[in-house]
Amino acid sequence: MHRFANPAQFNRLADVVLPWAIGLTVLLSVAGLYYALFSSPPDYQQGESVRVMYVHVPAAWMGMFVYMVMAAASFTALVWRHPLALLAGKAAAPIGAIFTALALITGMLWGKPMWGTYWVWDGRLTSVLVQFFLYLGYMALWQAMEDEEKAGRAASILALVGVVNIPIIKFSVDWWSTLHQPASVMRLDGPTIDGAMLVPLFLMAAAYQAYFVVVFLWRMKLEINNRKLSVMRQASLQNTETQMEVAG
Amino acid sequence: MSSMQTVSHGSVFFSLVNRDIKLAWSQGGGSLLAIGFFFIAVSLFPFGIGPEPQVLARIAPGVIWVVALLSSVVSLDRLYQADYEDGSLDDLALSPLGMLGVATAKVLAHWFSTTLPLALAAPALGILLNLPDNAYGPLVASLLIGTPALSLIGSVGAALTVAVRRGGVLMFLLILPLYVPTLIFGVGAVDAAVTMTDPLPHLALLGATTLIAFVVGLFASVAALNLAME
Repeated sequence: MHRFANPAQFNRLADVVLPWAIGLTVLLSVAGLYYALFSSPPDYQQGESVRVMYVHVPAAWMGMFVYMVMAAASFTALVWRHPLALLAGKAAAPIGAIFTALALITGMLWGKPMWGTYWVWDGRLTSVLVQFFLYLGYMALWQAMEDEEKAGRAASILALVGVVNIPIIKFSVDWWSTLHQPASVMRLDGPTIDGAMLVPLFLMAAAYQAYFVVVFLWRMKLEINNRKLSVMRQASLQNTETQMEVAG
Repeated sequence: MSSMQTVSHGSVFFSLVNRDIKLAWSQGGGSLLAIGFFFIAVSLFPFGIGPEPQVLARIAPGVIWVVALLSSVVSLDRLYQADYEDGSLDDLALSPLGMLGVATAKVLAHWFSTTLPLALAAPALGILLNLPDNAYGPLVASLLIGTPALSLIGSVGAALTVAVRRGGVLMFLLILPLYVPTLIFGVGAVDAAVTMTDPLPHLALLGATTLIAFVVGLFASVAALNLAME
């Protein structure tokens, strides 16, 4: 794992992966959106509104997936002091927050015509909202301290505590049988939705995943360059100080 | 030496608990403030919502529980900070208790001095909000089971923000989302009594939440405090 601890090596790897990931994102989004919007049947109950699902469900999956990425990065940062892991968590958090917000907003837009209301305090909606707040708390803690290293590790502890929310999200629809429908894809006995709907769903999920890789790598490179910049700035400050001392 | 050590573990622990409770109840301590906040904030609801007894009875469990959460957070910002700022947390961490013992003692003191009194004061607020007679038992029971979780989870937020100047507001953002399961099961128990169903399953789940908070909360607090002391 420490092979990638070297920022230069990570940057090289990112530069190899990025063009492929960008290409995949474009390809999968176009194919996924075509299937989702034109080439899949409307639902017998929901009509055309079912198409919101192709945006909503992958966003919700990614909200949880990115949280787990962030938590794994936090764990790695705290236990092995891996130098890039802190930055990985920092890079992932805003992306996960946006995915979670997207899941919430698309769910609300779908809920209005289907349930007759934008929002209900059902177990699934509430636990996803809590996840969104956890992302905000993680990012706020990063901002709160001057010492980046300490801020990052404090935020990492919070991220790990927040992991208890993940199983709550997953099983909320089983524990509280309320408005939100139970799982129909990730089931032990196989998916219960029609194949014609599974194709666009999985294409969109793959597109989101590729998109995450792209933005994540971009943000990682940005963080690494920021770190480099601040080190260089400090070094040049020290240089001027010593020069002034010599001159004085 | 060995006899001194056997004495010191327990006595250091309890003298720390004792000291923290005394500090919390002395002038400038957080406990009275939190309980005052609890009363004032709850009594604002009838002004805002209107005095109809049925409406107040319906919202009473939720209002009391939500304000109990807020009162707990209000009292938490000095849990570790005062000792951190004057350096005594360094000394305490070097005592035979270690950081885990210190955190346990401080959480125990916070529970005993601040969140436990909230549970005991809750029936008085129930009267103000016209809570149905059969809901008082579940209200106090749920708060007795749930308040340790409030102190334990709150301790994580207090420890994470111990080195942050003006970390109080940030603490609200960090802690309140983590309080949600406690709130749901706590209110669920009281609501069950109000609607004449069995509150026991809710209380059992609330107990489970508190046990999880016990394990996760103390270890996360210790990790956060050790980080701040570096």
